Amino acid sequence: MDYQGIIAKYKDVPGGIIEAYHAVQKELSYLPEEVIVEAAKIFNMPVAEAYGVATFYSYLSVEPRGKNIIRICESAPCHIAGAAEVIAALERELGIIMGETTSDGKFTLEYTECVGQCQSTPVITINGKPYAGVSPAQIAAILAEYR
Amino acid sequence: MAEELRIVLRNYGKIDPLNIDSYIALGGYKALEKARGMDQKGLIEEIKQSGLRGRGGAGFNCGQKWQFAYMAPAEQKYVVCNADEGEPGTYKDRLIMQNDPQSLIEGMAICGYAIGANQGYIYCRGEYPYVVEVLNQAIAQAKDKGVLGDFDIEVRMGAGAYVCGEETALIESIEGKRGEPRFKPPFPPAQGLWQKPTIVNNVETFANIPVIVDKGAEWFAAIGAPAYPGTKVFTLTGDINNKTFFEVPTNTTIREIIYKLGGGIPGDRKFKAVQIGGTSGAFIPEAQLDTPVAFDAMAAIGATLGSGAVFVLDDSRDIVDVVTRIAGFFEHESCGKCAPCREGTMRTAALMEKIEAGEGANDDIALLEKLGRVMSYSCLCGLGQAAPTPVLSTIKHFKADYNAKLL
Ligand SMILES: Cc1cc2nc3c(=O)[nH]c(=O)nc-3n(C[C@H](O)[C@H](O)[C@H](O)COP(=O)(O)O)c2cc1C
Ligand code: SF4
Ligand code: FES
Repeated sequence: MDYQGIIAKYKDVPGGIIEAYHAVQKELSYLPEEVIVEAAKIFNMPVAEAYGVATFYSYLSVEPRGKNIIRICESAPCHIAGAAEVIAALERELGIIMGETTSDGKFTLEYTECVGQCQSTPVITINGKPYAGVSPAQIAAILAEYR
Repeated sequence: MAEELRIVLRNYGKIDPLNIDSYIALGGYKALEKARGMDQKGLIEEIKQSGLRGRGGAGFNCGQKWQFAYMAPAEQKYVVCNADEGEPGTYKDRLIMQNDPQSLIEGMAICGYAIGANQGYIYCRGEYPYVVEVLNQAIAQAKDKGVLGDFDIEVRMGAGAYVCGEETALIESIEGKRGEPRFKPPFPPAQGLWQKPTIVNNVETFANIPVIVDKGAEWFAAIGAPAYPGTKVFTLTGDINNKTFFEVPTNTTIREIIYKLGGGIPGDRKFKAVQIGGTSGAFIPEAQLDTPVAFDAMAAIGATLGSGAVFVLDDSRDIVDVVTRIAGFFEHESCGKCAPCREGTMRTAALMEKIEAGEGANDDIALLEKLGRVMSYSCLCGLGQAAPTPVLSTIKHFKADYNAKLL
């Protein structure tokens, strides 16, 4: 993948490193080491600092992740609405536990805090797309859209 | 009372958010035109007189803040919209941006004219990529129409860090750094983005601006509670019949929000507690439900208005379990820059887990209280200062729930 090309597009954007990371992650779903080294060069900062930025934000990842990132909100409103049962259903359906990636590299399960869709709880997101008011029974059908 | 009054959500459902013409047809961008016909001082004075106070949590007088930035001498100044909306249970800024993005943009442009800034930024949380798209389209349409004049706006997307809602952390993040809060002073209106005078206001604050310019300070100041006039948008979650949003005048009481607008508690359950203003708010017992939601009335009972999140718990809920989860939130979201918060949120979470697991003793409660007090005055930013509030307020009002789990 031409990550150099993507990062270069943000070269003249002041403070644009986070935007560049978002753009790379959209393609690769994580930030490999060479991306961080390249970003440090383009944005004229020490590699340690570019790495520091990449690891500060929970939506940026320096570890490989699956193609589809499933996040489950565990903030209090979703917590009391039964987020734990949704988590159990996701883990069962995918055969992995929270924080893991399926062996075919298709799905990663992550926790998140509130994603601002609390009009109907609990909430999960897949690649940023929210599914509000989900029940364990709906999980299989939702995942089918991405299989 | 307890009637909805839509000021910031005035165009909700009435316009096509992706078509600027429908906004203009309802009088959109008249206020900006009017503002540009006023002199800057007069405009700022008008905002000040309206009594509008920030809707992002701190409740600072908006016009006053603009005046600081106006008076700061600098070639370059910035207008920043705080659209980080990280408070659990809150989605009111999203409602505004998705349904009426132009009113936010118009509010920012008015601020730009007032303080002498030609560049704006909207810092939108990473959880809302679909809102970023709406904003970018809306900005492009406003530019095409030429309504913004020389004022430009760029959208930046956050990446999942609650602390970036704190204005100086947000500024660091726009600058492409780790989102760690700065030491204050200097405050942003003196030295903000790239050390230039900067106004950071919440989405809901900006959305109020065009109406105030249009209808005048006096009109606005007469709505709701005199010390915190206007309306506030509330989002209701938890054990409540109407899990939805409401915009009401600020002299509405908590009881009216829960029982009149919210429709009360589902089933035959009883009310137990309500946490207002987001996850760092106090838990409020039945006895205090007649408090008006306005900023100062809430502060008087040790609670906050905050973001306007209303999280209701019925009598079947386990307060210790909920507060343990909240303690986990703060442990995760602490940025780690200062020791009282980095260590304090971790210890608080560990103590709460211990009590939740039935392994805690009276000493642990005393320790939680002491730790909470120390954090509230020694942490660098509002995150660490407010993190103990849910713990302290539930120990105060719901001690029996703790006692039931002690060894
Ligand atoms: C930890 C923390 C998180 C915050 N999150 C937000 C937020 O998500 N949105 C917001 O507008 N203000 C937030 N604030 C308040 C901002 O620091 C700032 O006071 C506000 O953006 C000023 O705008 P206003 O005067 O219009 O309210 C937060 C503050 C703290 C300490
Ligand atoms: S109080 Fe917490 S979030 Fe704020 S600066 Fe200190 S460590 Fe960071
Ligand atoms: S609390 Fe889960 S989406 Fe808001």
